[in-house]
Amino acid sequence: MIRAFSYNEFLFLLSAVQWTLALSAIAFVGGATVGLFIALARTSDVKAVRLAATGYIQLFQGTPLLMQLFLVFFGATVMGFDLNPWAAAALGLTLNASAFLGEIWRGCIQSVPRGQWEAASALGLRYPGLMRYVILPQAVKVAVPPTVGFLVQLIKSTSLAAIIGFTELTRAGQIVNNATFQPFLVFGIVAALYFAMCWPLSLLSARLERRYAVATR
Amino acid sequence: MNYTFNFDAVIGSWDYLLQGAWLTVQLSIGAMILGLIVAILCALGKTSGPKPVRWIINAYIEVVRNTPFLVQIFLIFFGLPTMGIRLSPDLAALIAMVVNVGAYATEIIRAGIESIQKGQIEAGLALGLKPLQVFRYVVIKPALRTVYPALTSQFILLMLSSSVVSAISADELTSVANNIQSQTFRSFEIYIVVTGIYLALAMAFSALFAGIYKLAFAYDTDRR
Repeated sequence: MIRAFSYNEFLFLLSAVQWTLALSAIAFVGGATVGLFIALARTSDVKAVRLAATGYIQLFQGTPLLMQLFLVFFGATVMGFDLNPWAAAALGLTLNASAFLGEIWRGCIQSVPRGQWEAASALGLRYPGLMRYVILPQAVKVAVPPTVGFLVQLIKSTSLAAIIGFTELTRAGQIVNNATFQPFLVFGIVAALYFAMCWPLSLLSARLERRYAVATR
Repeated sequence: MNYTFNFDAVIGSWDYLLQGAWLTVQLSIGAMILGLIVAILCALGKTSGPKPVRWIINAYIEVVRNTPFLVQIFLIFFGLPTMGIRLSPDLAALIAMVVNVGAYATEIIRAGIESIQKGQIEAGLALGLKPLQVFRYVVIKPALRTVYPALTSQFILLMLSSSVVSAISADELTSVANNIQSQTFRSFEIYIVVTGIYLALAMAFSALFAGIYKLAFAYDTDRR
């Protein structure tokens, strides 16, 4: 039986937005935590650590996110425990985000002039203090615009969780479309909802970038 | 971990996997070439078109860049038939990829075009080149050279994101993997091998792009 697209269907799509946002938030927090270590490892003085971090980044940037989600989802079964699609999507997106954020932040850390590092160590700061008080505060300023930009990419990436069966916005769209068979309307609304989440962030990122460019001119 | 790995299913369907990989390559190269044409036209329109054209191109770029690729595929594959346009999954996948990469590449190429100084164009015209020749030799070639790294990494991202078109069962690599998986239930083995194939494809494409750069753009710009 084909249902009409009514206010209820719209509300269903709207309530699915919270799952997209929740998944994005978890992946961002997880990805940022792991990503910070990746960025530190990538800029480390120890060659083996640097190589390992480079390999990690290239592995995640050189393979499709969808494959990464599949591998986490099916890999958990191989390891002998069951992950539901929600946990698999959160874990997969976290790993993926950590590689991208690690690479973005590596650039930010390296953008801090060499003299700052030398001055800090001349003052007797060891690595933890040097990073915490001298390098990272300066790197954060550079990091904000591209990180906000990455958030847009992350929100869009959560749509792939639909393929492994987690009911976020895109999956909700598929469900409503199967019941109402009005693909243009349903996926048009889904696209509009994503746009409403992503566009403000895109504008913010571009604005921050311009402001930063003016500040460093 | 009591799991025994069994790669028989993968080895048994190796030909089928290669066919899928070949379609991924074809779709990607097709979308790169068509997307590049779309992007050059849009970048031209955006830098020197009349206001309504610029507005439309901007809307296209913003909409594509702020919505997921998967939703774009669904709109094209499920949406267009309701308007009477029927598409095979492969064709719908190609169109979605062109639309998607076109928007990203437009912004990249626009940045390249804007990096060309006005004096270059004036000098070209003063030397008696026709406007089209100026565009070809003075504007677009150096512009592409400047943005080449950004453009080619966008193309590699496109190739990787083509795995998403498996959602409408275009017969590319990921779809093939899904089919083998549903017949043999050797999910992990298949996806790990397919992930390796994607990694190899990404490396092959970046080697190809480095080769193209050497052929087309490795001229000396400092000669006086």
